[in-house]
Amino acid sequence: MSVVTNTTTIGAIDAPSRRNTELMLLGFAVAIPVFAYLNVGLALDGEVPAGMLGYGLGLGILAGIAHLLVRRFAKYADPLLLPLATLLNGLGLVLIWRLDQSPRLIADSMRKYGSHSADAPQQLLYSAIGVAMFLLVLVFLKDHRVLQRYTYISMVVAIVLLLLPLVPGLGTDSFGAKIWIRVGPFSIQPGEFAKIVLAVFFAGYLMVKRDALALASRRFMGLYLPRGRDLGPILTIWAISLAILVFENDLGTSLLFFGMFVVLLYVATERTSWIVMGLLMAVGGAVVVGSFATHVQSRVAAWLDPFECLKTAPPDTNMAWACDQMTQVLMSFGSGGTIGTGLGQGNSDLITFAVNSDFIFATVGEELGLAGAMAFILLYGLIVERGLRTALAARDPFGKLLACGLSGAFALQVFVVAGGVMGLIPLTGMTMPFLAYGGSSVIANWALIAILLRISDTARRPAPAPAPSPDAEMTQVVRP
Amino acid sequence: MNKPLRHIAIFCGLLVFALLLRDNWLQFVRADELNSHERNRRVTIERYASVRGDIIVDGKPITGSVDSKDPLYRYKRTYVNGPMWAPVTGFASQAYGANQLEKLNDSILTGNDDRLFFDRTLSMFTGEQKKGGNVVTTLNGAAQKAAFEGLGDKKGAVAAIDPQTGRILALASTPSYDPGSFAGYSGKDEKSWVALEKDKDKPKLNRALREIYPPGSTFKVVTAAAAIENGIIKDINAPTDTPEPYKLPLSTVPMKNHASGCKNASLNYAMEVSCNSVFAKLGDEVGRDKMVEMAEKFGFNNPEIDTPVRAAASVYDKKMDRGGNALSSIGQFNTATTPLQMAMVTAAIANDGKLMKPYMVDHLVAPNLDVIEKHEPEEMSRPMSAETAQLVQKMMENVVEKGTGGNAKIRDVTVGGKTGTAQHGEKNKARPYAWFISYAKTDSGSPVAVAVVVEDSDATRDDISGGGLAAPIARDVMKAVLDSRR
Repeated sequence: MSVVTNTTTIGAIDAPSRRNTELMLLGFAVAIPVFAYLNVGLALDGEVPAGMLGYGLGLGILAGIAHLLVRRFAKYADPLLLPLATLLNGLGLVLIWRLDQSPRLIADSMRKYGSHSADAPQQLLYSAIGVAMFLLVLVFLKDHRVLQRYTYISMVVAIVLLLLPLVPGLGTDSFGAKIWIRVGPFSIQPGEFAKIVLAVFFAGYLMVKRDALALASRRFMGLYLPRGRDLGPILTIWAISLAILVFENDLGTSLLFFGMFVVLLYVATERTSWIVMGLLMAVGGAVVVGSFATHVQSRVAAWLDPFECLKTAPPDTNMAWACDQMTQVLMSFGSGGTIGTGLGQGNSDLITFAVNSDFIFATVGEELGLAGAMAFILLYGLIVERGLRTALAARDPFGKLLACGLSGAFALQVFVVAGGVMGLIPLTGMTMPFLAYGGSSVIANWALIAILLRISDTARRPAPAPAPSPDAEMTQVVRP
Repeated sequence: MNKPLRHIAIFCGLLVFALLLRDNWLQFVRADELNSHERNRRVTIERYASVRGDIIVDGKPITGSVDSKDPLYRYKRTYVNGPMWAPVTGFASQAYGANQLEKLNDSILTGNDDRLFFDRTLSMFTGEQKKGGNVVTTLNGAAQKAAFEGLGDKKGAVAAIDPQTGRILALASTPSYDPGSFAGYSGKDEKSWVALEKDKDKPKLNRALREIYPPGSTFKVVTAAAAIENGIIKDINAPTDTPEPYKLPLSTVPMKNHASGCKNASLNYAMEVSCNSVFAKLGDEVGRDKMVEMAEKFGFNNPEIDTPVRAAASVYDKKMDRGGNALSSIGQFNTATTPLQMAMVTAAIANDGKLMKPYMVDHLVAPNLDVIEKHEPEEMSRPMSAETAQLVQKMMENVVEKGTGGNAKIRDVTVGGKTGTAQHGEKNKARPYAWFISYAKTDSGSPVAVAVVVEDSDATRDDISGGGLAAPIARDVMKAVLDSRR
């Protein structure tokens, strides 16, 4: 029996590449959304939807190309990530298509804007761009360690991206949050891309500074307090996330970045005190901002007791609006019950605004029920689990930190959105990765999956066989 | 770095676990509460998502459902000849709820009734759209039309009953309203509703069932029945000992008659010309308690007369003094009655003393036309003996033959009736209500008894006005019933 000496999941020499597993899973990931598409068509019009063949082929071709390139460029990559992303993206398209056809939403948009445009075709285009992004990353990023070189450039890029929406003329203030920029006909949410760039910066920075942060500290009341100059970056990040919250009204993004940073600090330094300090600072920041930002206050009120707040809030205020929206979302979930109303047969469109982006999970809850919603949460959980497993398996600290940062951010985002929509935490207005309508989100998340795949490929790739030693020949016993 | 990584993995697992827990809490534990929450519009959306059943008269629906293509509430109620049938159907509005038959039979009409469970389950499997059941009424279309058109633009009400069964044949109220004008929830519907609410003439009031009027002289038939039943009158043609003018008990005011010849008039003649003095004195002789007993047997003071739409309680004061009782015996003082109540009085007399419970829903049918509930005629009470009833009938027929009710005559048919003019308002200055109650009789008993009240008459303040204004309407209603029987 061989003795297992490592604790990672790196297989022995000749580890299976698992590409065939991936192909089989991709088959499911394409078939399930196609079936869902058929389901919606039958429920809404009673006939097989006209676009079904095109949709199935489109999704299948995208998945097929992605698979072939993974085979070619990342042979040993994790076999679950691509099928999971394809499945979520495919189902998201079906849900958006389903909401496109809601007569209520059409009437609503006709009343407000005088026209109605379907979102699903655009989302399909974004998904294609997203997959293209995925492929570009796989093809051109041969080794994730290259990213390490761009640590400080990443920091600059991230800050620029985050502050872009505040530039007059470029940023647009839509529905209370300044998180979009408008370039020509496109509106981009730079925060989604900043998520990845920041993860690169954190991983690169912490890999270098981890010893200083971990060891050069004083012990005070059971906590290791870092030196002032080491405290610099954490305070900077804290200030930036507060600035995002205050100036851009974006609760979710600031929580996401700060959370990701604290997680990475903890992983890099192995010091619990960072978590304690991070939590304290997060709570402090939240209290300060919450005490004067009405945007945040109304969301907290809507979270505490939406039905009660609807009665007490003055009509036609931001607060009444937030509370009404929250009650509609909760009732959507309630009406779904255990098995849901069936795709296309729910009334989640009563939420009216942002129903296909921020609140798309409510449609899942209503039409697929508790069973469907739990399945979705578990799918997201699986992506996070595969990401963290990649971090464990990675052999270099940068790869570990990057994989951990990306999957941690992903987990936090899913938690913040789903928890917000289900009333577990205050609503923050972020989008469910892959599921919700929005180009930036889809493209950025495909890139995120690609980077994770790249790291896992490096981690799982079998070590090269040792070079044949010329000495071995010299010492062999020669028998006469 | 692997140890903290594992901790982070556990942390992420906890996040996922928290989401799963919350989801179970929302969609399993709280599902029912959220689903039936008063603010959950899904209930109303579901309610209007399918075709509502109909209310049927003479085998034809008087209601309908139209697919409004509205993204929220799909099917809207429509009404055939809405104003005419409004006192029967009531309304069913997406914005203002429902009342009367629409409300009382809502579960059948929407198809949500438990008794329709198998229908619903079946249509779930066959993929058919859910449909509501129908409410089949007892009403007679021709009689209703005669009543509604007879009232015309006057303010008033008509109630007609089949005395032998209690079936309500006509129920008209004017001015009326079109329940279809606010069946939806648009701004137009709101405007109609507000206009109706503000209307001084109260078109939404169901005068036949829900308004009480002083009955005036029509109440004399009750007094007559009480006097005969209690043995005070044995021969209706024998002179009574009545002075002219008659001095009311506990009062110095002398009571005069419009009619002549009331001094010592017989009961029959007093009925014919409607002598107040004779009936006031008889009521006093019967006494308050016996009068109350008689009135209550007819249905007065009963707040639960359900047809199934509940009628307002008619009043015969139980605590008044002798003078009040004497005045009440001629339908004045506190006495007040719904048109339905007077139709019931007439019906009991026409049915030889047996009062049948009035009803207007004959049966309920499932969408597949199975009868799920049928109303059987039911005796409500027996206010008087058959002999007494026949004596009162004789007098009422005399009223139509020779007296104030001549306008109700129908050729070749025996008709009994009584006019009434009820004074009301401060010092009787307001215009009096014109009343007429009557029944028609054939060889096989009486098929119809009618009560008509016209509130806003411009006729002279004479007893004749009941005969002049209300009697022709009653005649037309009776004729319509008789014709449809043939």
